[in-house]
Amino acid sequence: MATITFEVNGEREEVAFAPHKTLLEVLREDLGLTGTKHGCELGECGTCTVLLDGTPVLSCLVLGLACAGHAVRTVEGMARGGTLHPLQETFADLGAAQCGYCTPAFLLAAEALLAANPKPTRDEIKDALAGNLCRCTGYIKIYEAVELAAARMRGEVAQPTRESLYGHR
Amino acid sequence: MATAKRGKVGRLEGKPPSNIPTVKHSVIGKALRKVDAVAKVTGATRFADDLAFPRMLFCKLLRSTHPHAKIVSIDVTAAKQLDGVQAVLTGRDLPIPFGILPVSQDEHALCLEKVRFIGDPVAAVAATTEETATAALDLIKVVYEPLQAFDSAEAAVAHPEPRIHDYGDSGNLHKLINLEFGDVDTGIAEADLVREDLFFFEGSTHLPMEQHAAVAMWSPDGKLTLWTSTQTPHYVHRALAKVLELPAARVRVIATPNGGGFGGKSDPFNHEIAVAKLAMITGRPVKITLTREEVFYCHRGRHPTLMWVRTGVKRDGAITGMHFRSLLDGGAYGSYGVASTYYTGALQTVTYNVPRYHFQGARAFTNKAPCGPKRGHGTPQPRFALEVHLDKIAEQLDVDPAELRLRTLVPPNSLTANYLRIGSMGLGKCIEKVVEGSGWKNKFGKLPNGRGVGLACSSYISGAGLPIYWNNMPHSGVQLKCDRGGGVTVFCGSTEIGQGSDSILAYIVAEVLGIDPFDVAVVTADTDLTPVDLGSYSSRVTLMSGNAALQAAERARQILAVHAAKKLEVPPERLTFAEGRVFDGKDKKRGVTFAEAVQLAEAAEGTVGTVGSYTPPQSAGKYRGAGVGPSPAYSYSACVAEVDVDPETGIVRVPTIWIAHDVGQSINAASVIGQVEGSIYMGLGEALMEEMAYRGNRNVVHKIPSLLEYKSPTTLEMCDVITYLVEDPDPNGPFGAKEVGQGPLLPVMPAVANAVYDAVGVRVDEVPITPEKVLKALRRKEKGEDARYGPDSFPDIPWPEPTRVAPPWEGGDGKGVTITAAAPERQH
Repeated sequence: MATITFEVNGEREEVAFAPHKTLLEVLREDLGLTGTKHGCELGECGTCTVLLDGTPVLSCLVLGLACAGHAVRTVEGMARGGTLHPLQETFADLGAAQCGYCTPAFLLAAEALLAANPKPTRDEIKDALAGNLCRCTGYIKIYEAVELAAARMRGEVAQPTRESLYGHR
Repeated sequence: MATAKRGKVGRLEGKPPSNIPTVKHSVIGKALRKVDAVAKVTGATRFADDLAFPRMLFCKLLRSTHPHAKIVSIDVTAAKQLDGVQAVLTGRDLPIPFGILPVSQDEHALCLEKVRFIGDPVAAVAATTEETATAALDLIKVVYEPLQAFDSAEAAVAHPEPRIHDYGDSGNLHKLINLEFGDVDTGIAEADLVREDLFFFEGSTHLPMEQHAAVAMWSPDGKLTLWTSTQTPHYVHRALAKVLELPAARVRVIATPNGGGFGGKSDPFNHEIAVAKLAMITGRPVKITLTREEVFYCHRGRHPTLMWVRTGVKRDGAITGMHFRSLLDGGAYGSYGVASTYYTGALQTVTYNVPRYHFQGARAFTNKAPCGPKRGHGTPQPRFALEVHLDKIAEQLDVDPAELRLRTLVPPNSLTANYLRIGSMGLGKCIEKVVEGSGWKNKFGKLPNGRGVGLACSSYISGAGLPIYWNNMPHSGVQLKCDRGGGVTVFCGSTEIGQGSDSILAYIVAEVLGIDPFDVAVVTADTDLTPVDLGSYSSRVTLMSGNAALQAAERARQILAVHAAKKLEVPPERLTFAEGRVFDGKDKKRGVTFAEAVQLAEAAEGTVGTVGSYTPPQSAGKYRGAGVGPSPAYSYSACVAEVDVDPETGIVRVPTIWIAHDVGQSINAASVIGQVEGSIYMGLGEALMEEMAYRGNRNVVHKIPSLLEYKSPTTLEMCDVITYLVEDPDPNGPFGAKEVGQGPLLPVMPAVANAVYDAVGVRVDEVPITPEKVLKALRRKEKGEDARYGPDSFPDIPWPEPTRVAPPWEGGDGKGVTITAAAPERQH
């Protein structure tokens, strides 16, 4: 067994696990944080994305041991005191989560993007999310949710467009 | 199971546009948050693989390494002795066959005498860790005796022996269909132009982001519980009871929220039965989560389909007759294949007037992962063929493709040649919307070389008219409980796969009872707790469970109205249910809260609960095969795709798609838009890149069973989508609603193919439209040869004698007549 101490969603965690385990497995199986999902466990789909020291990583390709002393952020850490993160709000309101399976990964990848670039263009959003697959939404509601959350996080009073919710006339 | 959380309803959307009726409704048609949205954005939703229980074991399946072989022997001795292994199963432990359709019960949880594709499971292990279970697989010794394997429908047609199954209509042909509605030869003889074309649609797979997973638990009191990522818990319930020989009353199936389904989780699966049996043997919870590679072996996706079509038209575009043939590559098992085969011929008649129609369909068994229902189920392939075929006809007639379609539309409230009953029909409006929105008239035939636009239309069922197995019970049931605190709980067997079915129940009940949808708790997809709903397939859930919920809610409203009316001293019919109150429509101040209304009813009558159920209308067709195609309502879509084709590389890029969809009535407009955009996305993948590819020369092994190599669109390939909702309410839908989850996928592939032709003047009569195919067609064009890539022949099939059905306008009554040498005239 390996034992490491690291920060998970702002809290210190000490956890023992078989040394071959990936960060994905440690989070889901040893810490009970099942909000982080998996689609391939081969680093191909982006579904297991978490933030490691603020950078999106594929948790299925990171050894748990390598996280000793580092800070990990999962979807469970996004809401604060019962209040959703602005990205969670807009993903919920626009229907950017359909089946919801890829959603935690998209939220975290988007959060990292907005931390580095508070006003991304549509193309910059596409680039930042190109490593995450979604089979339900066609990505469009995800772009719109990121743009809306970004505007609100910049302090703007922003609402979804009518076309986004009701279509074009 | 999702419990609606209190939310800020109606906070966001501002004023809906004026073309959407909102005067009558406070919930219906609005863009509201889904009842499970918060759980999904916080990671709280529990998918099947998120479940864990004390002492849980892990299951792994040993899969065949041969595409077609007899099993000579299986030795599991060493595997059983491995430390940590608790049980090992082989086919003999589960000898009872199963399958989704009663006519093709051809699967075993673990193969008995032979294997039929690489990936077919032959043994199952339960062990204390996944690693131990995997290690045990290596210790199982299977001796195979290889048989000749077939990698295509054509190969299966050419080789009746060795048979992959010992049943089926002929050799390796699983199903043969021959249906003639009117004398097509006469119809075609009346035509000014007769055109014949061949098309091929490659198979593709659902690729849900969630791998299939299931957890079984056995209780010593003889009860089995299975949590599983299934779209059809009712059918899994039936299959488990059958194969495990348990009373259905002792089997509980709970469908966990599906992390994407798209049809791929609609069959009862071998892995579900295996973990159930292992739980019974070991007395411990047993879990299986398929690897991504194994999901490719589960498959049940789009059938690769070869098609031939011959149509006669008048100079003005009016169709005089159509003859359509399809040959489906079914893979190794029946699955939904018989229905899929009928679907490749069923819906050609519901968009454009086809007065005489002949359909011949065949499904072959091959040694590949079984095919089944993928979004659109059997209809995207013929829709691709038909819409490209019409594009060619329009060019020959020198008629604008949009105009050609507008001239030949099926009228609303009519019966087609094959006895499908059309209700509301908004296709004309859809075509007008995309023609105007895309600037079609300034673009078609007018863009510079390399750029082009293409148009295509489609239609889809809002639920199948008949259930999978014959019965005369409702297709969907709802129970509704009113709590004295003002909350309402809806119980329904429907299954949330991301499409929003849980929310639909809450919205409809809230609308009828005048309460906030977030005061409605929704309990779904649990065979112990919820009345049967047949499942999330065939775009049936909004219409069917919606109608059941509507009936249950209206019954509750009646009960509440009686007692509120007594207290308020007004006639019950004058009461309005709105804004969480029950009040006199003529004097709004005279009223009680909804909770008080429940309390009044409960004091007078006891617990307030109601039920609702829904059965679709009877089909008009009475011939054999008439069960596939009928639906309570048909959705319609029209689509314009714009493409950029690079003549150097053959790469096709799609910057924008315009789509108009006749949904009847939105229940939640934002969810409708989401389904449309998701359908366009999936259609774009099928149009340009997705294919289930096998190495025919290397043992029929899947080429690319991974998310990396099976190409699907990323953010960088996805196009912009301009969506128009057309609302032509259908009397059979709840509040007029029709389907949206599948129909908008259908026109994408032909619209892209037609646009490629407009851009560079070559026809790629095959999907996916890969750069290689475009380049080959361009090279042919340069050489002055036929500027086309696609199939050039349709094999000879031993078709049975046709069943002849006179169309309604030829005095037909919907019955069929088959004339054979043995039985001169047989009605069925």
